[in-house]
Amino acid sequence: MTMARHAWYMTMRDLRALWRQPWYVAITLLQPVLYLLLFGALFKSVAQIPGFASASYVDFLTPGIVMMTALFSAGWSGMSTIQELERGTLDRLLTSPLRRVSLIAGRLLQSTAVVVLQSVIILAIAYAAGARFGLGGAAAILVFAALLGTAFAAFSNGVALLSRNEQTLIGAVNFLILPLTFLSAAFMQKSLMPAWIQHVADYNPVNWATESGRQLLTGVTDWGFVALRGGLLLALLAVCAVFATRAFRSYQRSV
Amino acid sequence: MTAAIEATDLVKTYRGDVRALNGLSLSVEPGSVFALLGPNGAGKSTTVKILTTLSRPDSGSAQVAGFDVLHQPEKVRLAIGCVGQRTGLDPEATGRENLVLQGRLNGMSGRALNERAEELLERFGLSEAANRLVRGYSGGMQRRLDIALGLVARPSVLFLDEPTTGLDPDVRAAMWSEIERLTADEGLTILLTTHYMEEADRLARRIAIVDRGRIVVEGTPEQLKSELRGDALHIQLGTAEVNGRVHTALAHLGEVRDIVVDGRALHARADAGARAVPLVLQALEQRGIAVESVTVARPSLDDVYLRYAGRRFETTETATKSEARR
Repeated sequence: MTMARHAWYMTMRDLRALWRQPWYVAITLLQPVLYLLLFGALFKSVAQIPGFASASYVDFLTPGIVMMTALFSAGWSGMSTIQELERGTLDRLLTSPLRRVSLIAGRLLQSTAVVVLQSVIILAIAYAAGARFGLGGAAAILVFAALLGTAFAAFSNGVALLSRNEQTLIGAVNFLILPLTFLSAAFMQKSLMPAWIQHVADYNPVNWATESGRQLLTGVTDWGFVALRGGLLLALLAVCAVFATRAFRSYQRSV
Repeated sequence: MTAAIEATDLVKTYRGDVRALNGLSLSVEPGSVFALLGPNGAGKSTTVKILTTLSRPDSGSAQVAGFDVLHQPEKVRLAIGCVGQRTGLDPEATGRENLVLQGRLNGMSGRALNERAEELLERFGLSEAANRLVRGYSGGMQRRLDIALGLVARPSVLFLDEPTTGLDPDVRAAMWSEIERLTADEGLTILLTTHYMEEADRLARRIAIVDRGRIVVEGTPEQLKSELRGDALHIQLGTAEVNGRVHTALAHLGEVRDIVVDGRALHARADAGARAVPLVLQALEQRGIAVESVTVARPSLDDVYLRYAGRRFETTETATKSEARR
């Protein structure tokens, strides 16, 4: 109970800090819209490739952009942790009667909230740009985006606490974001990819989320397929959350 | 009465075999101000980190407010307030929001918390700035808010880790008055770390000098000062000297002891400074050692520090008489 209340205080603190940076808010909200419109225009003719299942590329692209944005925004979650670590705020919080789990959970829930908000905006813009989907599918894809984003945010915080260095975190996140996005079916139908990328994509969490999200959004859903990938993402989130909590212990051993 | 803080044989080694604490023990009486005085890297902050449950010792044990820091860290955290070396504030929140969050984490809520926050803002002169973002606060204001955060839950033990480092002299003086007022608070025990002698002298009831991870001497400021009998002689020489020549010149006088030469600076002690000065000058002149200036001073904590913290003694040849170091 205390744990949940403390996590809530920390989430609200982070969201309030975000809200007070209008430029940050503007960029956070505009960036996914830009991605959707830019990539939608750039790769438009992909829909004409023989064997491409979807008639509209925007329909196809929307879940990909949702997941890519989740990755991009959640990946930087560890930056605030490094700043707090350097400033001394983290040390004060760690000597306060605040559970480590609540501290991590607060930071992750803030990422979850931002990812969900961004996803809603992407879906709205996609709808305006001609993509069609049901409300149920839209709600379901939010769950997948939240799982993927939160897991990546936990990973980012773990790396932040282990490296305690902004450059290392930027390097690690940049190193992962693009390959994870492009080795998935975010922009290209899986059956049209080279065989080796198809194999890699089978193990790529971004692909799990993208393909599941796409099925949910189009309403042609293989429930076994979606449930398996949902389960895998949940497991990934659990692993990343444990990693982040453990990284706290490693940090404390070093101080 | 049991001690408010009790540490026994704390040892802490960091990666790379840096031994930060080497068997440090201390005991702090409830309701008193205790200062850990020492140079940077002596182990003061490591001690505070262990006592505030931030860090764990390799061996040794400690109790704070009656709770074991290793086995009951949650209880310790509820009983203490911590003001770290760096500011622990959230710059993107207002002063009041910082206070309220800290209070909530300590289990306070509602009107009691609001009133407490208001009271502390008032007391630390932050009422007008209460609704402004902390990022716009001056260094002194941030430090005052740091202390207010440490006090919000009415702790029984307050840790102040170098509370005035990096502050302007006038802000530091104001901070000292604030801390002095805190000590008037009933039952509040304060553990303070500092490398300013003046600060320890003014604020603490007891001082422990820390060097290389252990306490080398402990006592009241008066006790420590009286350990150094007589006056301190500080002589500026015309040229850098090695100790041997100066020692030979002064040893037979019988007036001075604890002779230390550090480049052009010559430090010595004398039972009666005024009587020793002409004799010392004469002896130096006879050996052809030029003197630029002479000062005679009553012993200060500075001298205690010089004697016990040891750094300068390490790098200098010392001509110590057997009586000088017990």
